[in-house]
Amino acid sequence: MLYQFIVFFPLFGALIAGLLGRFMGKHGAEYLATFFLCVSAAFSIVAFYEVAMLHHATTVRLFSFLDSGDLQVDWSLRIDTLTAVMLVVVTGVSALVHVYSIGYMEHDEHRPRFFSYLSLFTFAMLALVTSDNFVQMFFGWEGVGLASYLLIGFWYTRPSANAAAIKAFIVNRVGDFGFALGLMAIFFVFRSLDFTTVFDAAAGKAGQTFNFAGYQIDILTTICLLLFMGAMGKSAQFLLHTWLPDAMEGPTPVSALIHAATMVTAGVFLVCRCSPLFEQAPIALAFVTIVGATTAFFAASVGLFQNDIKRVIAYSTCSQLGYMFVAAGVSAYQAAMFHLFTHAFFKALLFLGAGSVIHALNDEQDMRKMGGTYKIIPWTYILMLAGTFSLTGFPVFFSGFWSKDAIIESAFAAHSSVGTYGFVLLTVAAAMTSFYSWRLIFMTFHGKYRGRDLHDLDHVHDAPQIMLVPLVILALGAVIAGWPLLSNVFGNFITEDQSEFWHGAIAQLPAHNALEAREMVPAWVQLAPTAMMLVGFLIAWYFYMERPELPAQLAARRGPLYLFLYNKWYFDELYDAIFVRPAKWIGRQLWKIGDGKIIDGFGPDGVAAGVLDWTRQIVRLQSGYVYHYAFAMLVGVVVFATYFVMAGGIGK
Amino acid sequence: MMPLLSAIVFFPLIGVLLIILMAREGEEGDHLARQISLWTTVVVFGFSLYAWYLFDPTKHGFQLTENAEWLGGTIRYRMGVDGISLPFVILTAFLMPLCILASWESIEKRVKEYMIAFLILETLMIGVFTALDIVVFYLFFEGGLIPMFLIIGIWGGPRRVYASFKFFLYTLLGSVLMLIAIMAMYVTAGTTDIPALMAYHFPRDMQTWLFLAFLASFAVKLPMWPVHTWLPDAHVEAPTAGSVILAGILLKMGGYGFLRFSLPMFPDASVMFAPMMFTLSVVAIVYTSLVALAQEDIKKLIAYSSVAHMGFVTMGLFALNRQGVDGAVVQMISHGFISAALFLCVGVIYDRMHTREIKAYGGIVQRMPIYAAVFMVFTLGNVGLPGTTGFIGEFLSLVGVFQVNTWVAIFATTGIILSAGYALWLYGRVMFGALEKASLQKIPDMGLREVIVMAPLVAATLYFGVYPKPIFNLTGTAVEQTLAGIKSKLADTASAETPTHTAAVP
Repeated sequence: MLYQFIVFFPLFGALIAGLLGRFMGKHGAEYLATFFLCVSAAFSIVAFYEVAMLHHATTVRLFSFLDSGDLQVDWSLRIDTLTAVMLVVVTGVSALVHVYSIGYMEHDEHRPRFFSYLSLFTFAMLALVTSDNFVQMFFGWEGVGLASYLLIGFWYTRPSANAAAIKAFIVNRVGDFGFALGLMAIFFVFRSLDFTTVFDAAAGKAGQTFNFAGYQIDILTTICLLLFMGAMGKSAQFLLHTWLPDAMEGPTPVSALIHAATMVTAGVFLVCRCSPLFEQAPIALAFVTIVGATTAFFAASVGLFQNDIKRVIAYSTCSQLGYMFVAAGVSAYQAAMFHLFTHAFFKALLFLGAGSVIHALNDEQDMRKMGGTYKIIPWTYILMLAGTFSLTGFPVFFSGFWSKDAIIESAFAAHSSVGTYGFVLLTVAAAMTSFYSWRLIFMTFHGKYRGRDLHDLDHVHDAPQIMLVPLVILALGAVIAGWPLLSNVFGNFITEDQSEFWHGAIAQLPAHNALEAREMVPAWVQLAPTAMMLVGFLIAWYFYMERPELPAQLAARRGPLYLFLYNKWYFDELYDAIFVRPAKWIGRQLWKIGDGKIIDGFGPDGVAAGVLDWTRQIVRLQSGYVYHYAFAMLVGVVVFATYFVMAGGIGK
Repeated sequence: MMPLLSAIVFFPLIGVLLIILMAREGEEGDHLARQISLWTTVVVFGFSLYAWYLFDPTKHGFQLTENAEWLGGTIRYRMGVDGISLPFVILTAFLMPLCILASWESIEKRVKEYMIAFLILETLMIGVFTALDIVVFYLFFEGGLIPMFLIIGIWGGPRRVYASFKFFLYTLLGSVLMLIAIMAMYVTAGTTDIPALMAYHFPRDMQTWLFLAFLASFAVKLPMWPVHTWLPDAHVEAPTAGSVILAGILLKMGGYGFLRFSLPMFPDASVMFAPMMFTLSVVAIVYTSLVALAQEDIKKLIAYSSVAHMGFVTMGLFALNRQGVDGAVVQMISHGFISAALFLCVGVIYDRMHTREIKAYGGIVQRMPIYAAVFMVFTLGNVGLPGTTGFIGEFLSLVGVFQVNTWVAIFATTGIILSAGYALWLYGRVMFGALEKASLQKIPDMGLREVIVMAPLVAATLYFGVYPKPIFNLTGTAVEQTLAGIKSKLADTASAETPTHTAAVP
């Protein structure tokens, strides 16, 4: 029952908080939901020990879902190491975010609803990571999308929140368009949607082709590319990334849980889960690498000049997800999962830390109006420093160093052209990561306070303990989760014993050995990320500590590159012009011209005009046209009955 | 044994009789008429559940059959249900009490006549799904339009005359052609017995004409593009309960007709016309979803989304495989819950504000949290979110059609993006934003009666969305059998065309 409890406790919490929350007193709903999640998180640790350490992987069948001829799908829980890692990440971060939110949302009157959504999200995410088949995964996939929609639009009186929520859902649906087609293709080819059946048969389909949309193309490449389209939407990859920065309209704890640590990593999880398919589809893998590397570079470049503290971290998340996809693309799935694991700690930490800053400064999010706050909120400052060191990959002591270097080295060790593309872009992105991270720290905590009113600072105080304790726990993880020394505690993600740890949850062809080969890379490759990190740090130091007046001057000059980056490569404007507005315009034209002028004009209205002239001459019925039909019916029945009575009499 | 199906079909007429005899003029009589209708429809629903209990889903063929002398000759009063028709009987009986409850306060004039019209409509609708003689079917099928006409024409909105006129023109053509086709079938096959007709193999050329004649009727009813334009007008003018029945049941008669008549009786023609049906389905999905995006009237928007969802039905049916047909059946049942509920949702705010303009609303979640939650569930159903029945229907019909034609599947799948667009945009504009309009400041949340109407629909949408097994159990054998019948007929045709080839085998 352990696994059922892990998955369903958050659902109970969500239902009780959502339906009965208003009757449970001032804090009843939030305490209850948080309690259920903490229990779920505790059980997840037990599950991790059971499965990842003792290798008691299992599958729990719940009940039947789809039953249509040879399409048989059950609700069931697949618990292997991949799932166990995700269980710990999801329930762990979620429990901490629940606790944090008790403090953060203190003054909000819709707390029961907030906690209900948070728990609902957690349930959907758990359904996703425990799925044993593609349909259940799609259920979780869309379920987290729903929770994300509800939470981004949580403050529903803001039109911008509502717009961001819809945008998030629709952009994700564009990805799901591919995901759903992938499911159809999988069933068409494998006659099953169960992971075990499909993965076992994958190797047999390697290199075979089928007819897709009129072309004879490789089966597994097609399927993997379609599935990856879903991953691109959910993980906000290049071209489908536009929703993630806007999603920052949601409350900050939501950004930490959904848009940093868990939901957006679902795409990475999907690729790792489907490694038996991707391994047989080299073109798809190359595509994953290219998209991941491009995103890592692109998002980091946009992050350089954003002024909203949350948007900087959002673009950083986008970029880090790109890192994970590069790892998956060069078949170093273990490194992708490792970075997913460490990233969950330090990125949730950064978001929650930013939340503390925003909370302290009366909901100010513009970094240009911050500064000099480190003396006033020292705890938040120190904790965010830990997160920043980890994100930028400060050597040896911080988890991000281990996981990020593993990815960059693997990309190099793949010794392929796409691998090299990934290596170069990721290394450059490392410098940019360092720049925007330190820029954030310097603008927020150092220098002079640039807020609206000098009296603001009098009220500023550090976060209450209920918000600080989760931050401390996350900071601890952000520091030590990657230490090789502790890999027996956190899991042997990428060390020599990794195959023992993963125990078959990840498939890898022997030829795809980038992960092992990374041990052999030249010294300059090992040092490159750290060197780039230092470069980024120094530039940030120069511009924001030494010459703090320079950035504003440069911004005022509005050079083309600055504008291009500041406006996020103009993706929003582009999509609005080529998709959103044309869709509405076409809809209107089809309605007014297609339905109105053409179909109705030549059809009923045209005929009606003719018939009307005709009927006016014969009969003048006053009471409308209802009786016309009744009359026609009656005539029809009489003719019919007569015919049959006669025919029956004659014929037989 | 008691003739259970006849009891289900004709019991509402007892309610009609009671209303005529007992309900006097005035307020009290109106109230009595409401009570009688409610209890009559509840009893009918009870009967339909009993039929579900008696029904053995593992058995082939029709069950609970009745057969009596009627018009003479071969035209007999034949009734019976199989796994395809029974769900629609239950669905109809399930929606009727909800419709009566939804009309409790919103209908104020001619209450008795209104209730009588609804009860007669119930008889005719259930008759469509239980008739096993094609003439009996035709009478029920066409007869059902009369009370619907009256409901729109008398209790409808300001442009009701235009709406019913449009409806009239579209359906008239279809009925005439179907009637001629039925006569031709009788002349050729010598029977009007539906099971016998399903077993009869019509000549190929004739199938073509018969298929087109039936198509004229079913396509209008479903409705398929481009004969859909009567639906938005009819919905907009119809009273709430009228829209519920229109969307929940009457549209399904088209889909049911395809599955009961067109596919098994004219399989060769169905295969021949499948590409055309796919094209029309895909156009319906994409075109009407785009049109829905542009709507300014809530009811019109939902009506257009109905057309798009019915596109999945025809697409799944003509895939002619298990997943496609299962998907189509589930999609019809699901649409019976979801679109019915969406129209009820519109009714809730229309009763309060007397406008369906999207612009007239905004921010009402603050005043109506229960309503917002209910509307959200059905919006998600409309979007086809997994966990609601909407997903199962859409997904299975897509899986079905993918095996036949990937282009169709690709175009139809864009529907999941567009549906998210129009449905969530509608929800956002009505529910979210600041509560600024003066008229909305005191809008009350749903009352107990409205909650009672919505609760069963919420439960059905979610329960069968997570655990659709009862539906599959009910329909599985019948769908399998229908497909097997079609396949064997197609095989006959194939072997008839290549006689030398089969003869050559020693």
